[in-house]
Amino acid sequence: MVKYVGKRIIYMFITMFLIATATFFLMQTLPGSPISSYNKLNDNQKAIVEKKYGIDKPKPVQYAIYMKNLAKGDLGTSFAFKGKSVNDLLASRIKPSFILGAQAMVFGTIIGILLGMIAALKQNTFWDYGSTFFAILGISIPSFVFATLLQYFVASQWHLLPVGLWNDGWKSSILPSIALAMGPLALSARFIRTEMIEVMGSDYITLAKAKGANGFEIAFKHAFRNALIPLITVLGPVAAGLVTGSLVVEQIFAIPGIGEQFVSSIMVNDFATIMGTTLFFSAFLIVVIFIVDILYGVIDPRIRLSGGKA
Amino acid sequence: MSKILQVKDLELSFHTFAGEVKAIRGVNFDLNKGETLAIVGESGSGKSVTTKSIMRLLPESSSEFKNGEILFDGKDLTKLPEREMQKIRGKDISMIFQDPMTSLNPTMTIGKQIMEPILKHQKVSKAKARKVAIELLNMVGIPNAENRYKMYPHQFSGGQRQRIVIATALACNPQILIADEPTTALDVTIQAQILELMKDIQKKIDTSIIFITHDLGVVANVADRVAVMYGGMIVEIGTVDEIFYNPQHPYTWGLLSSMPSMDVNEEKLYAIPGTPPDLLNPPKGDAFALRSEYALKIDMEQPPPFFRVSDTHYAATWLLHPQAPQVEPPSGIIERMRTFPGSRYYEATGGRA
Amino acid sequence: MKKDIEKLPQDQFERIEIDSSHAERIEKPSLSFWQDAWLRLRKNKAAIVSMVVLVLLVIMALVGPHLNGHDGAAQNLRHANLPPKMPGIEKLGIMDGVGNLSGEKVDLYAMKKVDEYYWFGTDGLGRDLFTRLWEGTQISLLIAFVAALIDLVIGVLYGGISGYFGGRTDDVMQRIVEILIGIPTLIVVILMIMVMEPGIGAIIIAISITGWIGMSRIVRAQILKYKNQEFVLAARTLGTNDSRIIGKHLMPNVLGIIVINTMFTIPNAIFFEAFLSFIGIGLQPPAASLGTLINDGFKVMEFQPYVLLFPCIVISVLMIAFNLIGDGLRDALDPKMKD
Ligand SMILES: Nc1ncnc2c1ncn2[C@@H]1O[C@H](COP(=O)(O)OP(=O)(O)O)[C@@H](O)[C@H]1O
Ligand SMILES: [Mg+2]
Repeated sequence: MVKYVGKRIIYMFITMFLIATATFFLMQTLPGSPISSYNKLNDNQKAIVEKKYGIDKPKPVQYAIYMKNLAKGDLGTSFAFKGKSVNDLLASRIKPSFILGAQAMVFGTIIGILLGMIAALKQNTFWDYGSTFFAILGISIPSFVFATLLQYFVASQWHLLPVGLWNDGWKSSILPSIALAMGPLALSARFIRTEMIEVMGSDYITLAKAKGANGFEIAFKHAFRNALIPLITVLGPVAAGLVTGSLVVEQIFAIPGIGEQFVSSIMVNDFATIMGTTLFFSAFLIVVIFIVDILYGVIDPRIRLSGGKA
Repeated sequence: MSKILQVKDLELSFHTFAGEVKAIRGVNFDLNKGETLAIVGESGSGKSVTTKSIMRLLPESSSEFKNGEILFDGKDLTKLPEREMQKIRGKDISMIFQDPMTSLNPTMTIGKQIMEPILKHQKVSKAKARKVAIELLNMVGIPNAENRYKMYPHQFSGGQRQRIVIATALACNPQILIADEPTTALDVTIQAQILELMKDIQKKIDTSIIFITHDLGVVANVADRVAVMYGGMIVEIGTVDEIFYNPQHPYTWGLLSSMPSMDVNEEKLYAIPGTPPDLLNPPKGDAFALRSEYALKIDMEQPPPFFRVSDTHYAATWLLHPQAPQVEPPSGIIERMRTFPGSRYYEATGGRA
Repeated sequence: MKKDIEKLPQDQFERIEIDSSHAERIEKPSLSFWQDAWLRLRKNKAAIVSMVVLVLLVIMALVGPHLNGHDGAAQNLRHANLPPKMPGIEKLGIMDGVGNLSGEKVDLYAMKKVDEYYWFGTDGLGRDLFTRLWEGTQISLLIAFVAALIDLVIGVLYGGISGYFGGRTDDVMQRIVEILIGIPTLIVVILMIMVMEPGIGAIIIAISITGWIGMSRIVRAQILKYKNQEFVLAARTLGTNDSRIIGKHLMPNVLGIIVINTMFTIPNAIFFEAFLSFIGIGLQPPAASLGTLINDGFKVMEFQPYVLLFPCIVISVLMIAFNLIGDGLRDALDPKMKD
């Protein structure tokens, strides 16, 4: 187990290093310069700005400085946001993104588990078809389609909730959270259904039945826990989906979160912010997947002793 | 001897996407109090389905009782409401499955799993149930049970897990214990230990056992009577001696001949030719005839009824009809029959003397 | 058991010879893998309906742009922002050319003296949205099919080689995959798209650059499963060469899972194209794809919701159809899921 964790941590660092390097050099090949939005400047002023951001130095030197700062956790200085540090920018925007993500995750997973359980226990009935169809919708319909439709109907037409922005307390978070929740909801509903059906067909469930357990005891005392544990493995895809979704959903609802900032920094070629956000997202997803794997090894007694599943 | 369980004309089908699988096509047998009845037959012959239908463990959506009854304690189990069935399962009738590696819930301690039927069926406190569970574990030979009952299944070996499953099955002193190939998935040495344990238990508590196996070698050791199953039907039933030393059905001959023997100078291992019948379209006559070198014309048209051999011994083969020609069983079988008083090859002077 | 023994015609008791090979022939009317799969798939109504819908959508993507005589690129400012109007359906009170004009419902066609019908309306530049919708669908499908094809080719080759040759080759190839798999797809796609000239090619490359990894892992796992089975070992003992073993013996067995996986990579590619175009870094105007159309519609949804509605419906239906077909195929081809 320790060896496995060690190996995984090394891989994590290699992956992060590669992403950082690739991001850095890809940014250099970008058409347009990070300060092309400063076109009012004359050559002299440009030189001063370039010096200030360190982009007058040769590329390898810039790279070395960047990596050195990165090792210290410093993501550099934003070009577009008037010299603010990328760290500060991210910090100021993490809260809305976090709230939306967490709400979507909790809401989506709970409803998803319920739907999946109903579908599995009432297999091939109206309930099953209904919740399976709902899950298919959630998996198929892109988050931005769902978000725009929610915004149009619930907010614009029926005036039930704010159209956007982050200024109406919890109410502002409802629609974007629901839009984001569709992914986790659908994924967990589907997963729990398949898993429950498989577990319900296993020998130990038959044995539990042979001991006289009733339907409720079988579903909840025996099957549920066994079906729930592997659900941890969908956390990785779910987190990836939430990050992807946050880029569009925050933009659609004008939420001052990290996703919205990422998209706007792409629009203005703000290298440092793009790189910083890329690394932030990557680190987040890599850590989630790492935690999932470790957690899975710890929680499930079947694999706890055999030292991870790899 | 009182009959504790009677299975009469049982017919059961599965509805699958390919059509109706007639898995049980008329099964009759009685189980007496305190005896061990072995059901033998190739895999796919319907042994598990028969016993699972007694316990009503088959999926209700796809299986259907077509005919017959299963009488237990004055009740027909095929018609009992599910709620009533739950009171019988684990209390009056309990079951052990083939693969101990998959029959225990991996996320529940074994103690909890043994206590479950006790708490379910008997009005006892948790502490009392725990005590019983530990006693059971000791009885089935799990050492250090006081500490180990809190462990999870993966912390035990296959043989130990099967002992735990047996302990669970015995928790409420059932009247009938159904063991579906309880040793098939185990190593030979462990197999012998588990068989020994089952014999011990039967001596200690007066349970009737239905013991399923595809291995005749195991049967001689544990059973009082044997039912031979083929193609969803019982084709021969009798006491152990009758089945082993005076078999009448060609399928039983085949099974006995394919049994590996300790006898070194026996010829090479025999295998019954062909494959079991397709239960989607079962043959209309004797299901075994197509694989038998003793087939008669009538086997193709009419299923044979049971013919009485003795009060305890019946076989469903046209060969026992008075009009049927005398056939010569395989030499190994004749060898066996020579030792059985009452068989047509019995040699009073030779044989066992 | 107590039946009386009845007297039967004696000739019934003649012994007969049974040819046991004959017995096996009768007793095993088994279906081939693909027949069996087709039987199952045919029972899956959702998958069958999805196939029909998908075929219809593909046909529309091909012929739709030529159906109503309008050119999707032609701008006509006099005809800008017209709501949908369709002959026949207009009598039902929907798609009758009535739209919002500063809060009032008016027949904009009559007001602007437009005689033509724009079935799905026009955009702010007066372009016919019906034509543009199907042109966009065409582009989206093209991108998705090409990207899925690239994933398939690279994934099957990479996974096949890695699994088949095993040993050091496999070790090295899998270390590479282990690192690549750690990089979030979204990040790779966005970075790649940013550094390339915007366009269809860039999107396809961006989607494919890590898209093949999933396929390669699945193919490798399958190859590992089959390569030591008897029929393959037998072929090898007979001196069959590697490419023949792969093509003749392994591929047919792995084909099912490849088909299933492709059915999921296609909608994934459709999604990523639309996603990129929606946030503004995918296809650039005036090119149309489902993503750019939704983006256009989003900007004007307050007053011209129909601009948003139709591409949303088409992309949703496409995605649902692909997912349902994928599910159906998986259930049909995966023998583990037998009833
Ligand atoms: N759930 C089921 N659905 C369809 N057919 C089944 C099912 N369970 C068992 N069968 C069929 O019933 C027959 C008897 O099976 P079984 O009783 O398990 O044989 P065995 O004698 O090996 O225990 C087999 O042909 C099997 O394919
Ligand atoms: Mg069986």
